[in-house]
Amino acid sequence: MNGSAEQHSGDDVWAEPLPTAILVLADGTVLEGFGLGATGHAVGEVCFNTAMTGYQEVLTDPSYAGQIITFTFPHIGNVGTNEEDVETISMAGASGVRGVVLHSAITDPSNYRATRHFDAWLKARGIIAISGIDTRALTALIRDGGMPNAVIAHAANGQFDLPALKAEAAAWPGLEGMDLVPMVTSAQRFTWDETTWSWPDGYGRQTAPAHHVVAVDYGIKRNILRLLARAGCQVTVVPATTSAEEIMALQPDGVFLSNGPGDPAATGEYAVPVIREIIARGVPTFGICLGHQMIGLAVGGRTVKMHQGHHGANHPVKDNTTGKVEITSMNHGFAVDRDSLPATATETHVSLFDGSNAGIALTDKPVFSVQYHPEASPGPQDSHYLFDRFVELIAKNKAA
Amino acid sequence: MPKRTDISTILIIGAGPIVIGQACEFDYSGTQACKTLKAEGYRVVLVNSNPATIMTDPDLADATYIEPITPEIVAKIIAKERHAIPGGFALLPTMGGQTALNCALSLRKMGVLDEFDVEMIGATAEAIDKAEDRELFRDAMTKIGLDTPRSRQIKTLPQALEALEEVGLPAIIRPSFTMGGLGGGIAYNKSEYIEIIERGIDASPTNEVLVEESVLGWKEYEMEVVRDKADNCIIVCSIENIDPMGVHTGDSITVAPALTLTDKEYQRMRDASLAVLREIGVETGGSNVQFAIDPETGRMIVIEMNPRVSRSSALASKATGFPIAKVAARLAVGYTLDEIANDITGGATPASFEPTIDYVVTKIPRFAFEKFPGAEPTLTTSMKSVGEAMAIGRTFQESLQKALRSLETGLTGLDEIEIEGLGLGDDKNAVRAALGTPTPDRLLKVAQAMRLGLDDEAIHAGCKIDPWFLEQIREIVDTEAKVRAHGLPTTAGAFRRLKAMGFSDSRLAGLARLSEAEVSARRRALDVRPVYKRIDTCAAEFAAPTAYMYSSYEMPFAGVPADESRPTDAKKVVILGGGPNRIGQGIEFDYCCCHAAFALKDAGYETIMVNCNPETVSTDYDTSDRLYFEPLTAEDVIEILERERSNGTLHGVIVQFGGQTPLKLARALEEADIPILGTSPDAIDLAEDRDRFKSLLDKLKLRQPANGIAYSVEQARLVTAELGYPLVVRPSYVLGGRAMQIIHEESQLGDYLLETLPGLVPNDIKARYPNDKTGQINTLLGKNPLLFDRYLSDAIEVDVDCLADGTDTFVCGIMEHIEEAGIHSGDSACSLPPYSLSPEMIAELEAQTRKMALALGVGGLMNVQYAIKDGKIFVLEVNPRASRTVPFVAKVVGQPIAKIAARIMAGEALASFNLKPFAGDHVAVKEAVFPFARFPGVDTVLGPEMRSTGEVMGLDKSFAVAFAKSQLGGGTKVPTSGTVFISVRDGDKSRILDAARLLVSLGFKVIATSGTQRFLVENGVPSAKINKVLEGRPHIVDAIKNGEVQLVFNTTEGAQALADSRSLRRSALLHKVPYYTTLSGAIAAARGIKAYIGGDLEVRALQDYF
Repeated sequence: MNGSAEQHSGDDVWAEPLPTAILVLADGTVLEGFGLGATGHAVGEVCFNTAMTGYQEVLTDPSYAGQIITFTFPHIGNVGTNEEDVETISMAGASGVRGVVLHSAITDPSNYRATRHFDAWLKARGIIAISGIDTRALTALIRDGGMPNAVIAHAANGQFDLPALKAEAAAWPGLEGMDLVPMVTSAQRFTWDETTWSWPDGYGRQTAPAHHVVAVDYGIKRNILRLLARAGCQVTVVPATTSAEEIMALQPDGVFLSNGPGDPAATGEYAVPVIREIIARGVPTFGICLGHQMIGLAVGGRTVKMHQGHHGANHPVKDNTTGKVEITSMNHGFAVDRDSLPATATETHVSLFDGSNAGIALTDKPVFSVQYHPEASPGPQDSHYLFDRFVELIAKNKAA
Repeated sequence: MPKRTDISTILIIGAGPIVIGQACEFDYSGTQACKTLKAEGYRVVLVNSNPATIMTDPDLADATYIEPITPEIVAKIIAKERHAIPGGFALLPTMGGQTALNCALSLRKMGVLDEFDVEMIGATAEAIDKAEDRELFRDAMTKIGLDTPRSRQIKTLPQALEALEEVGLPAIIRPSFTMGGLGGGIAYNKSEYIEIIERGIDASPTNEVLVEESVLGWKEYEMEVVRDKADNCIIVCSIENIDPMGVHTGDSITVAPALTLTDKEYQRMRDASLAVLREIGVETGGSNVQFAIDPETGRMIVIEMNPRVSRSSALASKATGFPIAKVAARLAVGYTLDEIANDITGGATPASFEPTIDYVVTKIPRFAFEKFPGAEPTLTTSMKSVGEAMAIGRTFQESLQKALRSLETGLTGLDEIEIEGLGLGDDKNAVRAALGTPTPDRLLKVAQAMRLGLDDEAIHAGCKIDPWFLEQIREIVDTEAKVRAHGLPTTAGAFRRLKAMGFSDSRLAGLARLSEAEVSARRRALDVRPVYKRIDTCAAEFAAPTAYMYSSYEMPFAGVPADESRPTDAKKVVILGGGPNRIGQGIEFDYCCCHAAFALKDAGYETIMVNCNPETVSTDYDTSDRLYFEPLTAEDVIEILERERSNGTLHGVIVQFGGQTPLKLARALEEADIPILGTSPDAIDLAEDRDRFKSLLDKLKLRQPANGIAYSVEQARLVTAELGYPLVVRPSYVLGGRAMQIIHEESQLGDYLLETLPGLVPNDIKARYPNDKTGQINTLLGKNPLLFDRYLSDAIEVDVDCLADGTDTFVCGIMEHIEEAGIHSGDSACSLPPYSLSPEMIAELEAQTRKMALALGVGGLMNVQYAIKDGKIFVLEVNPRASRTVPFVAKVVGQPIAKIAARIMAGEALASFNLKPFAGDHVAVKEAVFPFARFPGVDTVLGPEMRSTGEVMGLDKSFAVAFAKSQLGGGTKVPTSGTVFISVRDGDKSRILDAARLLVSLGFKVIATSGTQRFLVENGVPSAKINKVLEGRPHIVDAIKNGEVQLVFNTTEGAQALADSRSLRRSALLHKVPYYTTLSGAIAAARGIKAYIGGDLEVRALQDYF
């Protein structure tokens, strides 16, 4: 039965599939895999994300601009994609993610809300992806050596100009000192009234807002706006470069400083003076992630680049004011250096994974901020209470 | 919040005997709780009637009560222990399953907790009530805005028609207060609905029926939640059932984590889980919440929640590395999650986080329908599986195929299977019908349907399994076809991709028509070897010093295999575990494996465990130094051993502690030059091999019942003709007496050969001789011959366990069975020490045991079964390995014999342990516990095939009290007054007299069937006559149903009498009337009842016996 002729034909069916994608690390390491999504090549910093659900939200989170995301969970794409789980303000807009590294090939979607195959969705959004990588080994590499810069490349014919890609990866300066906000911020001012998702109605609409909040968009996620709207805020979103005068002219009851990509120190060069001015005027202010970091800078603190960063949906944070632990969604590669903070900034939240700073509040001004993502999406919704805290702060300030 | 100092003593209630639905997982949780709370400095008091558990080892608690878990007995323990030391006294009821919860609730209702000022920790009575009571639970869910299945309680047809508007069709109809769902059903159309409603109202004694919306076919999920006093909540693990709603989650194939939820749906379920815990009021500890989701609309309903550690928590703990029971125990005494370190990351991170995993876990249940002829192998919402295997792979496919071969049911992967009803015209409908019926092998039928050409849509329509899983299975099936058509790949990359889908070498061998050895050789020639990855709770985000590992054929990383096993340079011993629990091989063997690990660690070895059973203590990451959660096949085990051997010294492997599972691997290990510790596999084989064993006994001048061996159907007829009837027949190399029977006449032999044996033929043999039944059987017998023994009627059976090291021997325990020889030793009650044997007989048994141990060169443990008839000793069976009785004996004689055996196996001398013969004045009775109630229609009479799932121990100063305790512990409601029904075969009549007289003297009334009644009256025992079932009504079954009988003694002879009395045994079972089907059991029961009536049962801690 098992003649040599048959065995020979066997060699063809078992032929090695052509590697159609590569990940070239700055140190020259080359990982071969199979291309998915868009073709071409892109350079970025390789990070990992340990969340087991919510890849669509992750890939539309503008904070990941400039990064290549390695998903640690081996099956990504199972539930396809839909029109609801997008976090960028512009539904089709680029979030700035440079690439995706996956363990397994993408399966057909299986979920009642799915409208599109994940691969097709990646392609449509111009995101390059590679599968067939031992993502656990890559994660361990990042854990041990820090987040490397790399080029991700996808070509259907498997032809790559390796020396050029290696040179590009090595030459890329990295995220430190890089202001990526201009890539992802909104060009124009707009208002927001969509509230959070619930089954079976989907997203809701705000009816009777009690407060007016101006949200500065450094790469804001939709779910932040939804939660502000749900908490009773009429939200006006303004571009990152909006001046303090322009913001104050909108007569905000509160100001929100959003998440965003890149080095807070770089963006801070133009954003921090604005933030200082807002704080000085005594306007209740709430910051998330990049917003948090820049509040830190505004009060005289320092931010530092982290070794491997925090990216996942299982991060424990302790609220020092209540002693309670919340499981949070995190996504940051820079952190506020606690020791650099002035006495007027108290540490309200701390990461229980590594003790790094996760939140501050000013003692002399109605200002607080957190390093993590209380809006979740993806991730646990334990920290939604912060939006209520913000509204209470606004109400108290109004009453005073 | 630090731990509480106002409590000094904590009482932990165990789960009692292993039964379906409550297995080893509660030894895992109880053991963790005992260890943890003891380490925290509390005085730990434990009650558990199950001697086979690790938790009842005397050093795990300060006071260990191996006593029946009844509220009355536990109340006595509380009274005795309450003021043993000053300080508060707490009861932790969440570690021992439903048994412990129910017992705790009863204690509270009886006022015991108030009387003795006992605080319940872990769960309050209110919370337990709210979670357990369907009405309260539904109200609680409505209160927090969660959906439950729509349902209505109705009493009339018009009400039912009104209810239909709300629940819709199909509708589930459940009559109230009927047993086993009698009179209920599923209605798919209106006329069917009316019919079942009418029938149901009729069947219900209260004329009440619950009409419930059907959620059959919906997706099913579980969330494992942990909450602390400060209201910190975490999800440890999500679990998705591949089998949709309609199959009990314990009987479902499940995966972790959930694979087909978007984040929005997952978070919705997470929020709901936390809300459920808060509303029910679980203040601290682990709970499990079950959900169903309509795949079409996403509607989510809450099915139920368990306010305690459960089987799923054990699974979740093993799946993630997060020790739920250990953490729950610490939370119960006041710690908060952030105060507890995550062991797995070496304490680098706290327990207040949610584990994230970077692999897929698959759990597949194992069933024992073959043990219960007459039981329908259909899965329902009532659990029937007896064990489970779990496997871990980097992908779903890898974990699925590993899990299939971990089951040890002969599967090498998604093996081909016959689908009934094919070729009769409408094949498509036959396949659809097969897929629509949940059975243990449905997933194999799904794969087979794909081979037959059905598309995923048609398959999904039949079985409702999520299309995502179907796509994954189809890829495996397509790849199988490729291997079948083209043979194996010849490049490393392609071969590795094949292995990464989880294919075993033996499956590939079958597909490529090669030997497994050839596949393995080709694979190794290409250097395609597994890598080992760590289970670290954090997807590699933090370095994990804990060596908890699984294998994967992961692709190399930048050209180098990323292996994380890092074998040490230590001197190591590998212990092979017992795999999934099954009848005949359960917790006792896990006990032995754990003890080997503990003992050898103490002796300075690095201990390495290999097992695939998530319910066990052996698969805890801290039981041994290193843990490989892997299938116990030759391929998987040898890969591990070779990896471990690459550094340090592999002192050897222990194969004698895990039951048949590792023994079956002994030959392959020897061939791979792996040193095996202790008794040589050849000696084990000698004991199993009829001819070799016979010549050994002849040489030692020991007696054996006349016996013969048959390698074919024809030979079987010849051998039996020579031996004469009655006979015991069994296939060689099986544990638990699988297919073992007593044959009384020739027609029975024919049935056995042509009806029982075909069920044992493995699929590969069937495939080889598709239309030749005799050919199939003879092929099977050629490899595993039939063993025939002359059956010694009315003989006393004795079990002996001994230790030996080749020079010395030590007899650890002699157990006299209460039931006569012929009842499987695992199903028989037994007494240690013997209760009727003379000192001379005991000395002779010891002498014979020593002779055999030395002759076989036993290094470690040996078990012998003897029958004594007319003062003569016959050797029935010798097993030179750990036996089921080891933990029982160890506890009764107060010697850690499994630990000593392990050290002897590693090379120490028996003499160095300085063992003294048992000199205690206590008696222990072990009693078996059976799952008959779960298998409608199955006869409860005992025989040579083992059918018990677990055991209990009664311990006291006298045999009678110990026996009574063993009956109470086994769940029997021992009667103290009322009527005993007696119907015994002629041979037993004279000997039942004493028992009957005894019961009469205790005030019992006796009723009996004609023959027995005449005999009793003739001999002065007052008794009334009652009809047999065949004699017309009212008959004995009516009397049992009317509650007029409190005790049944029924022995039978011959197939006809057995069949006639079956309904009587069945109704005794269903009405929970204690019944004894052997004479000796009946006599012991009468003595036990006398002792039970005679005085209060006293409780005494194991530690106080020595």
